[in-house]
Amino acid sequence: MSAVAEKEIIKGGAFLIEERTPEEIFTPEDFTDEQRMIADTTREFIDNEVRPRIPELEQKDWTLARELVRQSADLGLVGAVIPEEYGGLGLDQTSGTLIAENMGRAASFAVTFGAQTGIGTLPIVYFGNEETKRKYLPKIVTGETIPAYALTEAGSGSDALAAKATARLSEDGKFYILNGEKMWISNAGFADLFIVFAKVDGDKFSGFVVETGEGVKTGAEEHKMGIKGSSTRALILQDAHVPVENLLGEVGKGAKIAFNILNIGRFKLGAACCGGMKLMITESTRYANERRQFGKSISSFGAIKAKLAEMAIRTWVGEAMTYRTVGLIESAIGDVKDPNAKLKAIEEYAAECSIIKVALSEYCDFVADEMVQIYGGYGYSADYPAEQAYRDSRINRIFEGTNEINRMLIPGMLMKRAMTGKLALLPAAQSLMDEVLSPSMPGFDEDEGVLAAEMKLAQNAKKVALMTLGTAAQKYMMALADQQEILMGVADIITDAYAMESAILRAQKLAAAQGEEQSARYLDITRVFCNDAVERIEAHAKNTLAAMSEGDELRTLLAALRRFTKLTPMNTIAARQRIVDVLIKANKYTY
Amino acid sequence: MKIIVLMKQVANKDAILRINKEETWIEEGDLSFEVNESDGYALEEALRIKEKTGSGEVVVCSMGPQRVKSAIKDALARGADRAIHVVGDNLQHLSPFAAATILAEAIRNEQADLVLTGLQSDDYGYAQTGVIMAELLGLPHATIVIEVDASGERLRVKRELESGWYQWYEMPRPALLTIQSGISQIRYATLKGIMAAKKKEIKEVTPSSDAATTRPSHQRIEKIYFPQKTKQTQFLGNGDAKRGAAELAEKLRTEARVI
Repeated sequence: MSAVAEKEIIKGGAFLIEERTPEEIFTPEDFTDEQRMIADTTREFIDNEVRPRIPELEQKDWTLARELVRQSADLGLVGAVIPEEYGGLGLDQTSGTLIAENMGRAASFAVTFGAQTGIGTLPIVYFGNEETKRKYLPKIVTGETIPAYALTEAGSGSDALAAKATARLSEDGKFYILNGEKMWISNAGFADLFIVFAKVDGDKFSGFVVETGEGVKTGAEEHKMGIKGSSTRALILQDAHVPVENLLGEVGKGAKIAFNILNIGRFKLGAACCGGMKLMITESTRYANERRQFGKSISSFGAIKAKLAEMAIRTWVGEAMTYRTVGLIESAIGDVKDPNAKLKAIEEYAAECSIIKVALSEYCDFVADEMVQIYGGYGYSADYPAEQAYRDSRINRIFEGTNEINRMLIPGMLMKRAMTGKLALLPAAQSLMDEVLSPSMPGFDEDEGVLAAEMKLAQNAKKVALMTLGTAAQKYMMALADQQEILMGVADIITDAYAMESAILRAQKLAAAQGEEQSARYLDITRVFCNDAVERIEAHAKNTLAAMSEGDELRTLLAALRRFTKLTPMNTIAARQRIVDVLIKANKYTY
Repeated sequence: MKIIVLMKQVANKDAILRINKEETWIEEGDLSFEVNESDGYALEEALRIKEKTGSGEVVVCSMGPQRVKSAIKDALARGADRAIHVVGDNLQHLSPFAAATILAEAIRNEQADLVLTGLQSDDYGYAQTGVIMAELLGLPHATIVIEVDASGERLRVKRELESGWYQWYEMPRPALLTIQSGISQIRYATLKGIMAAKKKEIKEVTPSSDAATTRPSHQRIEKIYFPQKTKQTQFLGNGDAKRGAAELAEKLRTEARVI
């Protein structure tokens, strides 16, 4: 983190109202040697030990799944971010995220590993009492114990708090007796313990560590569309006796556990998507180079080039967003060791975590879809890698909170921070509205410096976000949460604004370090992305503004929108060709 | 037992190579680098010998500019105990004799029981540096080694010969061995190893001017170029299909060597 300037902590959501310099943000170019080596070890392990055995995992060989977890644990991957006193290595979030990214190459095993190290373990790390931590964590770290996370029920998915599972205290006060049925539990087929959410006294939503044993059964394996090499089953609890000390946190505080753990899961999911995308691009590039039609490699055709280029663009931009966010979390955590303080630091960036989740899972699906298309008929055949990648990728838009729930959370959480005074969003929106309504047009400055024009676009994109969010808040007030279509549109504007700025800052940092000539391809990526993002932003803004206002007000807002999305189109076709030439020559993803 | 492993950093196997302006070497400006393949196996062998004997030290020695540090750190993360970095900008382009002279000088005082190197470097591929070093250090040597038994008073090594033949060979210690690729499964750098490597010693030394200048290279690369693809057409048999078939079979056997 030495490359990131020492500054006071940047607030969560502040990206929307503040400007940043390249030195202030963390980028993949700032990884330490150790972090790079950790990434290398993970990638080597996945490529050598896991990927060749995916077909066996797909045949539900859970003995192998356990063995691979144990092998990854031997390397230290499972315990990387677990505190040292519980057998882990106590490494930073960046290292953990790099591990998650490279796990993204491992198809189903990424899900197995994610449950092992994330949702199945972190509730104990952050909410377990000392005894629970000492009892369970060391064996999870060595891979001897496989944990799983049981939140969803048949009738409560996105509405997790509507769970029907119950917990009642036994008469002697020594146990909670749990009853209910949980759904879609990753690793359920071979898990040794479950993090279970149930209601005490009918309404106090609480978390428990439940070991397998009497009253704890799992259902049959689910027949899923993808990630078939990970176990997914229902969990059935019938008078399962759970020692009272296995309560996580406090009675009635389960929501805090469930949602905080998901925040972490979301940026890790983004990172995993990133790793998956890099692999898919490498495979697509190799195929496009090898496959010959009309006497030429199909990679020489513009139609294929445009696809590969856009796949690379979204991957590079997504990576910039992910590690920028991890950098924010890292600097907020600092040297803090206390789990509660750590969690608070992560919670600070809950909106950013949702942005990463939505953006990266959709970039990943885009890349998987284009991979199928590049493979053509072979893309539709299960004998080639595109088919499985396409199916496996799809879950990312569903789990860790559906992308719809996350989209609503993005403006929702920003507004919440604004209302509680943590983020000066409302004054910023107000002054923007004054600017919009004032008849005088602000003069256009001459843009100077690398990507100055794009930075202007990004700043304006943020203004569009503020304008739409501000208009929505004014019109619907407390009822804004019900306006889902508006919220989704605003979320997409905010997401693109964050993506644009993250890409620009990363490219500027690269240009400063390597010179403009050496970093030309990154500048191309950034320019193309910004060019396209502005058009998406404009469409979403028109759509939402037209739904919220009419007459003169709408005309004024649309005039402002035109000003904020003013863009001289660039030659994206030539830029994409330059971007893709690098891939085609390297025969792999190199950005 | 003290074992020294000589490791070279070379261009990444999947790197796209471009020839430099002078046409004397590849353009190194934007290349990514990795540990020379057979040197990785030499390190693995050293770590295994140390583990089997239960004590001792594995010291890595590498030569080249600062970027070589990443190869050294990788070796330390995999389990080497400390490292010697012979620092200099153009050292990786020396002739085998000059390189061996400088390396021999860098490790002479270590008084190692065993010196291991990879069979050859993946860039120049001379396969001579190790052998010349043995001579300069006054050590016996064995090349293309695929198995080492260091449990006894004398070393027993298995060498790979031509045409699938092997040779067991006994030799005194200390000795220098050049190790063949692919003889074992190279261990991963564990996360613990990676973090522990931060605390391990990397001693920087510079070659004495004596070693660098009084033993000039007696060879230089004139020109480097990509293999030129040529297309030739030959008519076989002179119109006689039978004779053509016989000639084709002969060519496939002796020229193309595919049957």
